[in-house]
Formats: sequence, C-alpha cells, structure tokens
Amino acid sequence: MQLFMQQLVNGIVLGATYGLVALGYTMVYGIVQLINFAHGEIFMLGAFGALVTYNELVPAGTPAVIAILIMLVGGMAVSVTAAVLMERFAYRPLRGAPRLAPLITALGVSIFLQELVRNFYPATSDKPFPQLVDPSYQVHLGGGVTISAPSLLTVVAAVIGMLALSTFVRRSRTGRAMQATAQDPDTARLMGINTDRIIVLAFMLGAALAAVSGLSYGLQFGSVAPRMGALVGVKAFTAAVLGGIGNISGAVLGGFLLGIVEVMATQYAPDPFSGGSWANAWGFVVLILVLVFRPNGLLGERVAARA
Amino acid sequence: MHTPRLARVAVPLLVGALALTACGSKKESTGNGGSGGKTLKIGVVAPLSGDLSAVGNGIKNGVALAIKQANANKTVPGVTLVLDAQDDTAKADTGAIVAGKLVADTSVVGVVGPLNSSVAKGVAPVTDKANLTLISPSNSGVDLTGRDALATGGTQVRPHKSYFRVCATDDIQGPFAADYAVKDKGYKTIAIVHDKKAYGQGLAEAFAKEAKKDGATVLATQTINPGDTNFSALITKLKSQKPDFLFYGGEYPEASKITKQMKGAGLNIPLMGGDGVDAADYLTLAGASANGDYATALGAPTDKLASAKQFLTDYAAEKFADPADPYGAAAYDAANAIIKALAKAETDDKSMTGQALRDEITKEVGDSDFDGATGKISFDQFGDTNNKVLTVYKVEGGKFVAAKTDSFK
Repeated sequence: MQLFMQQLVNGIVLGATYGLVALGYTMVYGIVQLINFAHGEIFMLGAFGALVTYNELVPAGTPAVIAILIMLVGGMAVSVTAAVLMERFAYRPLRGAPRLAPLITALGVSIFLQELVRNFYPATSDKPFPQLVDPSYQVHLGGGVTISAPSLLTVVAAVIGMLALSTFVRRSRTGRAMQATAQDPDTARLMGINTDRIIVLAFMLGAALAAVSGLSYGLQFGSVAPRMGALVGVKAFTAAVLGGIGNISGAVLGGFLLGIVEVMATQYAPDPFSGGSWANAWGFVVLILVLVFRPNGLLGERVAARA
Repeated sequence: MHTPRLARVAVPLLVGALALTACGSKKESTGNGGSGGKTLKIGVVAPLSGDLSAVGNGIKNGVALAIKQANANKTVPGVTLVLDAQDDTAKADTGAIVAGKLVADTSVVGVVGPLNSSVAKGVAPVTDKANLTLISPSNSGVDLTGRDALATGGTQVRPHKSYFRVCATDDIQGPFAADYAVKDKGYKTIAIVHDKKAYGQGLAEAFAKEAKKDGATVLATQTINPGDTNFSALITKLKSQKPDFLFYGGEYPEASKITKQMKGAGLNIPLMGGDGVDAADYLTLAGASANGDYATALGAPTDKLASAKQFLTDYAAEKFADPADPYGAAAYDAANAIIKALAKAETDDKSMTGQALRDEITKEVGDSDFDGATGKISFDQFGDTNNKVLTVYKVEGGKFVAAKTDSFK
C-alpha cells in the first residue's frame, strides 16, 4: 500500500508538469483550432529564460524564494514574448489558410526555436540549473510516503496556475470574451470582442503557465536542455487529447491521469512490458482506450463542424 | 512501409551521385598540385550536434590535433593532411549517408569514428564496401567485430574487413565492472537499468551475466527511454526491492539524473556505469550526488601515462571548446594509426592513389604497432584492439579517481 501511495504521489508530480503544459495546447486549440506543436518549445524557452535571468540578473546571496520569483518573471517574459512573436509572424498570416498550413508551420517553429537555443548553448547537452530547492529534502506525507521539496513545489505551482486560469476564464470579463470567441468567433466579433486580442491572450496565458512549468522542471531535475520541450510537448499534447482538447479542466485531468498511468505502468505492468521504457506505450494504450469510448476525450464536448 | 523502400533506393542513388561529383572535384585537385605536395583527407564521423556533441567534438578535436602535428612534423612527406568532419547526429541512417560522402571522395584515406555502436552498424558496411579504413575510438558493441558469436560458443567471423577499434568491448567492460563490484567490493543485491540502446543493453547484459556468475543476486532488469528525465517511478520500484548497488547501461545524461533522484529519494547506493558515464558532464550535472559512484573506462588513466600527459598538454594548448574526455585521446590514437599507415604506404609507393591507396592503408593499419596516448595500439585479426586494459573510476570529492586498473583476461 505504501508503495502504491508513493507511486501515486510520483504520478501526480509527473502529471502536474504535463497538465500545466497541456493547458497551453488546449486553450489555443479551443480558440483557433490550431495544434500548436511549438508549445513544447515555449516551455523550454521558459526554463532557459529563468536560467538566463538567474545567471545575469540575480545577485549572489539572494534568498531562494526571491530568486525563484525573479526567475519566474524572467522565464515568463521570455516565453510570453516568444509566444506573441510566434502568433504574430507565424500563425496570424495563415489565419484563413487550410488547417494543414499552420500545423506544418508549428512544426517548423518548433525546430527553429530548438535550434535557436542550441546555438546559444552548443557545447554540452544539458545546462545545470541552480538548485535553489534542495532535491534531497523529503517532505513526509504520512505512512512512509515522501515527496521531494522541488516536486512539492511543482505540484503547488501547478495547482495555483490551474486555479488562477480557471477563475480568470470563468469570472473575468476578458475570460468570458475568451469563452465567447471559442464558441463562435464570428458572433463574438459582431458583439464587439476584439478576437485578435483574445487569440494573442490565449497564447500569452499558455506561455506563462508553460514558464511556470519550465522553471519547476529545472528546479526538480537540476538541468535543462534545448530538446527538453519535445518530449514534454508530446506528453502534454497527449494529456490534452486525453482530457478532451479545447477543455481546460480536461487538460488538467488528462495531465494527472497520464502521469499516474505512466508511473503505475512502470511499477505494476507485467513483464516483459514493465519498466520505464514501456511507460509511454501504456500511456498511449490508455489514450486509445479512452478515444475508442469517448472520441472527444474524457471531458470533451461534441465539437460542431465549423471549419 | 514507404520509408525503408525509399531509403533502399535513395541511399545508393545519393551515394552514387556524390561519387560522380567527387570524381569531378578529384580531377581539379590533382590539377592544381603544382606545389609538388598532394592533399589527402582523414574523415571523422561523429555526433557534432545534438545531445552528444560534446563527446563528438572531443573526437573531432583529437583527430584535428593528430593531423596538425603530422603536418607540422611532416610525418607523411609530400602530403598535406586535412580533416573532413561529418556530423552523424548519433543516428545510423545519417551516419550511412555521411559515410557515403566520405567514400565518394577519393582523397579520403581513412575515417575515425563513429562514437556510437548503433551508428557504426550503419557506417561500417558503407566504408567497408570501398575498403576504406574505419577506426572507432569508442564502439564497444560486440557484434561489430563478430565477437557476439563467442558468447554462445561459436567462432568469431569478422564482418567488416576494414573496421577497427582502439577500445575494449562490452563483453569485457561489463564483466570487468561486475568482478570489481561483486568480488572486490562485495555488493550482493544488484539492480540493473539500461536504456535499450545497443551500447547500454549490451553492457548491462554482460554485467548481469558475470555478476550472477560471481554469486550476486541480480534483480529483474529495468529499462528506460533515452531522453527521460523523471525517474521517480523507477526509483520507487527499485527502492522496494532493496538493492545495495545499481549498474546502469547507458550514457551520462540519464545516469546523472538517475543518481541524483535516487539519492534524493533516500536510496543511497552507488551507481556504476560504463565509459558512457565516465564524462566530466556527469559530475557537473549530478553534483554532490555523484560521490561514491563508479564508472569503468577503457585504457589506463590518462594522467598516469606519459604519452597521454603529452596529449593532454597539446590538447589544452589548442584551446578547443569541448573537453578531450572521454574519447579525444582514443580518437587521436586512431587518427595516428591511419597517418602512420599512410606514411608507410607512401614510402613503399608514392604513386598510389584512390582504391589502391585505401587497400594498402587498411592492410597497414591492421599491422599497426605503436605506443599511443591510451597505450599500445595494435589490432588482432578481427580488428579489435589488443590493449584490453580497463580502469574503474570512483567519484570522490566531485572527481573521477582511478580505483583499479587491470588488464582483462
């Protein structure tokens, strides 16, 4: 039982990262029906932005909490700027184009951003990330189950980010305008909503949450790499589809579910299909099963044909 | 199903096309040989971009240094050597394509590389067709020289007549590590993790086999994906099995994260890896968690050999961006084997070019016998090095310290 609970905690930590990044996929998809494959790279840029901020702007001896907050602002600045530029120059000119064009563009942007960062950090694969939260400090959750301090921070940050986003979307005027644009962009425009602004905002919010995730990733694993966004991006996209792409709660649910499935598969799947190398395969088995019975994902609504 | 068929047609076509263009350029280069000297190339196939670029560039730099010294010392009279470095991006298919490029350029007399055994499986058949010498500084995959047959009691048959390597193989490195862990250190319950790549899996399997023979309990092998970062589930699982030692078959990016997360989670057992873990970056990335871990490496410790000391001094003087570790010295030796073979071929017959020269160099490399930076360089009839010296390093105070050097029987 202790083993099961410990693995459940591991799964929640893994799922928190997936969920936060998945929100970016799902928001953009919900509004412009674009699968922004470059979102994984926005996550990576958030992590590198935080790293650069730490190296360049945070004076030595700054208390960890303040340093992390400054890094968060720096990481967000980088990822949000990149997302806005990406939307403006790569996606907006293709707004009216057939669906495939922006999709391919997204893949191109993804490769471009990855290689761009690699240009600045060419020599080694992984850049050490400051260990501001001691990863060997274990918080005891009772029953012998533990969670490391940076992992706990990841979960807390993810929950705060998710709650803030859902409150914003449900309660604020701009949030309701976002919902309206997602439901019907043409009517929303007729009602006086500046849909271009709303679209940029969706990109910005997704990027900000990705930066939170990127920073906590760096603190958790102690290193960042230009390629780190690719795998997390794929997983987060899977999580978004699992939960029902376009649905904000679905992305969060999908993220946690995927994380837990991967962890449980590592522990309990029968040989020879057990172990970390099969975790991804089990994640996709669950995805396929869910899609067989609920083609729009767990919380996905029936999508009206409106291309 | 389209891709393999396309590759089958496209690769030979591409190689052929390159061969044609290279023939054209060859005529030009002989045309301007008015200065009396000719220019020949030594190729490098290594990952120069991507995750393993630091290691790949170390190989390239080792070769560049050997070439620079050969040119300065006029080791091969009348010949100016130049480097032709190709990026294999650590992928077998890319490796085969760039190898085709080198094969097509008739001024290439030998190739150093690749880094990965899996890539060598794509490269060696291509270079072997042209009997172009390929010397790897680091391939430890057993099947590249037919050694895999030995494990099952078969006879070793050499698959690639022009393939050599200056490093020991997994079937030696793995058992050497296992003997150290079980016999010398007395670890009893051993967990095995590998990344399913040819290198990692081969190493881990060889280790497991020998550790069992030495009397240790070997737990069920766990596998990960290269590129994974979160190993919490794996570590929780291992922790419940209470091992006292972990052997990891794979490379440093994942190993550094495993050791860090393992010790963070309170599983304080040493991690041991092969030469893929013996990298400066392992220490940087794992930080204090690396203390007490082990890595095996091929050859004697570089700082204990006079020849290696000279190499390290020369390497440092060049101010390369990437470190010589772990294969710079071996690549330097591999390049020198080609250069020495070329020098012999040139003294025998200056007029040799193209295929005749490549054939002669492959023959001469097989007869290599000199003291290199990593030890004695000579090959057996299968292309394997005779220098089967290995070293176990232990991380102490954030540094790899040689714990045991021995030659494996």
